[in-house]
Amino acid sequence: MSQEHSQSIESANTHHADDAHDHKPQGFSRWFYTTNHKDIGTLYLLFALLMLFTGGSMAMVIRAELFQPGLQFVDPHFFNQMTTVHGLVMVFGAIMPTFVGLANWMVPMMIGAPDMALPRMNNWSFWLLPCAFTILLSTLFMEGGAPAAGWTFYAPLSTTYSNDSTAFFVFAVHLMGISSIMGAMNIIVTIFNLRAPGMTWMKLPLFVWTWIITAFLLIAVMPVLAGVVTMVLTDKYFGTSFFNAAGGGDPVMFQHIFWFFGHPEVYIMILPAFGIISSIVPAFARKPLFGYESMVIATASIAFLSFIVWAHHMFTTGMPVAAELFFMYTTMLIAVPTGVKVFNWVATMWRGAMTFETPMMFAIAFIVLFTIGGLSGLMLAITPADFQYQDTYFVVAHFHYVLVTGALFGIIAGVYFWIPKWTGVMYSERLGQCHFWCSLISVNMLFFPMHFVGLAGMPRRIPDYALQFADMNAFISIGGFLFGLSQLLFVWVVFRCIRRKGEKATAQVWEGAEGLEWQVPSPAPYHTFQTPPEIKSGH
Amino acid sequence: MSAGYQHYYVPHQSHWPIVGAIALFLMGFGAAHWVNDDFIGPILLTIGFGMLLLMLFGWFGNVIEESMSGLYSEQMDHSFRQGMSWFIFSEIMFFAAFFGALFYARMISVPWLDGAGDNAMTAAVLWPNFEAIWPLIKTPAGVETQAMPWEGIPLINTLILLASSVTLQFAHMGIEQQKPAQLGFFLMLTIILGFCFLALQGYEYVHAYEELGLRLDSGVYGNTFFLLTGFHGMHVTLGAIFLTVIFLRIAVKGHFTSEKHFGFQAAAWYWHFVDVVWLNLFVFVYVL
Ligand code: HEM
Ligand SMILES: [Cu+2]
Repeated sequence: MSQEHSQSIESANTHHADDAHDHKPQGFSRWFYTTNHKDIGTLYLLFALLMLFTGGSMAMVIRAELFQPGLQFVDPHFFNQMTTVHGLVMVFGAIMPTFVGLANWMVPMMIGAPDMALPRMNNWSFWLLPCAFTILLSTLFMEGGAPAAGWTFYAPLSTTYSNDSTAFFVFAVHLMGISSIMGAMNIIVTIFNLRAPGMTWMKLPLFVWTWIITAFLLIAVMPVLAGVVTMVLTDKYFGTSFFNAAGGGDPVMFQHIFWFFGHPEVYIMILPAFGIISSIVPAFARKPLFGYESMVIATASIAFLSFIVWAHHMFTTGMPVAAELFFMYTTMLIAVPTGVKVFNWVATMWRGAMTFETPMMFAIAFIVLFTIGGLSGLMLAITPADFQYQDTYFVVAHFHYVLVTGALFGIIAGVYFWIPKWTGVMYSERLGQCHFWCSLISVNMLFFPMHFVGLAGMPRRIPDYALQFADMNAFISIGGFLFGLSQLLFVWVVFRCIRRKGEKATAQVWEGAEGLEWQVPSPAPYHTFQTPPEIKSGH
Repeated sequence: MSAGYQHYYVPHQSHWPIVGAIALFLMGFGAAHWVNDDFIGPILLTIGFGMLLLMLFGWFGNVIEESMSGLYSEQMDHSFRQGMSWFIFSEIMFFAAFFGALFYARMISVPWLDGAGDNAMTAAVLWPNFEAIWPLIKTPAGVETQAMPWEGIPLINTLILLASSVTLQFAHMGIEQQKPAQLGFFLMLTIILGFCFLALQGYEYVHAYEELGLRLDSGVYGNTFFLLTGFHGMHVTLGAIFLTVIFLRIAVKGHFTSEKHFGFQAAAWYWHFVDVVWLNLFVFVYVL
C-alpha cells in the first residue's frame, strides 16, 4: 500500500485526529501480520473477488464449449475439470470467504465490539485460504490435470477413477476446512462474548443473527467434510473400502456423508445473504423490519431442518421408500420458514416510503429470483418428480437461482450498501444501476432457459448435447458471456471507491439505515469502539 | 454482560499466523506429493511440521507472556473458553463422520450386500456366497481377517483412560486448593497413564497386523477400526503432549494460580473429551 494512498484515507477521515490508537501499520506487515478486523475483512473480500473471477472464467470455458453441440474447444476430460473446479472455487473460494469477510468488517461494528474476539487466529484463518487455493489450482497444471469428479466428488469417480490430483484436492479441502472452522469460531465467540453492554440478543441486527447460526452450521459440518475427504484419501491411496462394495462399504455411503455436510453447506451460503437483505430492505423502505422475532425463529428452524433433509440429493440412489418419503416431507417443510422470510421482506416494503438505490434494486431482485429458486427446489423435493429432474439442467437452474441470484446478489447488494462505510465515498449510482440492469437481464438469459432444457432432458456435466437443445444453449451462452462482462462493471465501481473517486459519504450514508455501524464516521476509523458504545433503542 | 468495563486486549501485529499458514501449506502440499510417491513430499512435510512447531512455541509463548503480564481481562478469558469449547465441538463432529461410516457399514451396507431389505438381487448377482456378519471377518471379495476381541488390551486401556480422567480431576482439585504436591503427582500420573495407553495401543496394532491379519485394508471392519482408533490415538498423543507442556509450565516456570489456570483447564477439557470418545469407541468398535 502506497504512502500517498494511506494519506488519503487519513485525510478523508476527520473524526479521529486526536487518536493515537488509530495509527495504522504500513506496507507489507500491515497486510501479512495484521490483527485488525477491517484489514482482514478487506483481505477476505479481495481474495473472494479474485476467486469469483477465477471461477467465472472457468464458467466461460464451459459456456463456450456448450455454445454449439459437438466438441469445439476443450476435450471432455478438461470440460469435467472445469465444471469441478468452477464449483469448488465458487463455493469455497468466492461465496464463503465473502461472507466471512463481510462478517469481519460488519459484525464488530454492529455489536459495538473493539475487534474480533481472537484477532491473531483471524489472520491465520484468512491466510490459509490463498494457501488452500494455491494447492487446488496448481493441479490444473499437473500431469493428468485437476480433479474432474464434480464439486460433489462422488465415489468411485473420486477414488477408483480419479488421478493424482485427488490427494492435492483432499489436502486443499482440509486447509479450507480449518480456515472456515476457525473463522466461524471467531465470529460466534465475538458475538457471544463481545457485545456492547445493552446489546441484548433481541437487539442484534439480523445479519449478526444469521451469522451466529451460519457459524454454528460451519463448525458442525466442516469437520464432517474433513472426514469424508479423508475417507476418499484412504480409499484411493491406502486400500480402504469405505466406498467400495467389494470390501463391505458402499459408494452410496459417500453420498450420505457428503450430503450430511452438503445440505447444511448450501444454507451456510444463503443465511448470511438473508441477513444482508434483512438489513437493506428496512433501510430503503424506511420502516422497521416486519416480524423480527419470526425472522430469528425462521433462521433457526431452517438451520435445524437442514440437518435432516440431506438425502433429497439422493432420491435416485435406490433408498428404501420410507427414507424417500421422510426426506421428501422434511425438505418440503423447509419451504415454510423460507416462506416466512420472503413474506416478511415483502411486508416490510408494504406501504414503505421506498427509494430504489442500487443496494435496494439488488435486494428486490434477490427476493424475486431467490423465490424462483426456492420454488424449483420444491419441485425437486417431490420424489417422483425428482426421478425425472435428477442430474439434468433443471437442477443446475435451481441451484444457480439460489446461489447466483440468491447468495451472490445478496453479497453484491451488501457491498453497495456498505462500501461507503468502508471507503468513505459513495459509489457511482449511475454505474451501479447500469451494473444492476445488465446483471439482471443477463443472469435470467443465462439461467432461466436452463429450466426448459433440463425439463426436456438435457443432462448436466456433459460437454456435448442432442441437437434439439442447440438454440437454447446458444442463447444461454450469450447470457453467460454478458453476465461475465457485466461483473467487470462491478469491479470498476468497487475500484473507483477504493481509489476514493466519488462523493464523500456521511456517517449515516443512508437516510433510513439504523444500527451502530452508521453512527461511526465513514470511512470507519481503523479501530472502532475501544470503549463500548451506549445502546439505546430496539433493533 | 458484565457491568464494569475492562479493556479488551487486541494484540498488535503478529507474524505467527502467517507462519502457521505457510506451515500448513507445506504440510498439505508435501503430504499430497508423498502419497503420490514423489520424493519431495516427505521433505516438504517435515519442513512444514518444523515450522508448525516453531509457530506453536512462538504463538503460545506470546499468549502466555501477555497473560502473565496481566493484559487479559475476564472477558478475554471467556473468549478463550468459548473458543476451546467450539473447537472441541468441531472435533466431536469429526469423529461423528467416522462413527457414521461405522454405523452405516454395519447396519446398512453389509446387510444389504447379503440381500437384506429388497436387495435380494444385489446378493444374488454380485457375491452370492457373501454372508453378512459383524465384525466383518470375510469381505464380499473374500479378504479374511480375525476380529479384535474386547477383553484384554482394549478393556485394560478403557480402565487406564477412565483412571486418567479421575487422576486429572484430582490434579485439578490440587490446583484449586493450592496443593502443589497433589497437583504435581496426579498430573504426572495422568500423563504416565496416557502414555501407557498409547504404548498398549501400539502393541495392539502390532498384534492386529501380525497375528490377527487385521489390517487397514481388510475391508470395512478394518477400515473403521483403524481410522477410528487411529484418529483417537492421535488425539490422545496430542492431549498427552498438551498435558506435558502444562506440567512443565507448572514445574519449571511456576505458572498458574488457583484462580487463573485456563491453560490447565483447556488441556483437561481436551483430555476428558478424548476419554469420552474412547468410551464410545470401546462400546461400538470393540464390544458390540
Ligand atoms: C426451498 C428450499 C429448497 C429446496 C426445497 C431445495 C431442494 C433441492 C433438491 C431436492 C435438490 C436435489 C436435486 C437433484 O439433484 O435432483 C437440490 C439441489 C441443490 N440445491 Fe436446493 N433446495 C432449496 C434451497 C436451496 C438453497 C437456498 C441453496 C443454496 C443457496 C440450494 C442449493 C442447492 C444446490 C447447490 C443443489 C445441487 C447440488 C448438486 O447436485 O450439485 N438449494 N435442492
Ligand atoms: Cu439440499
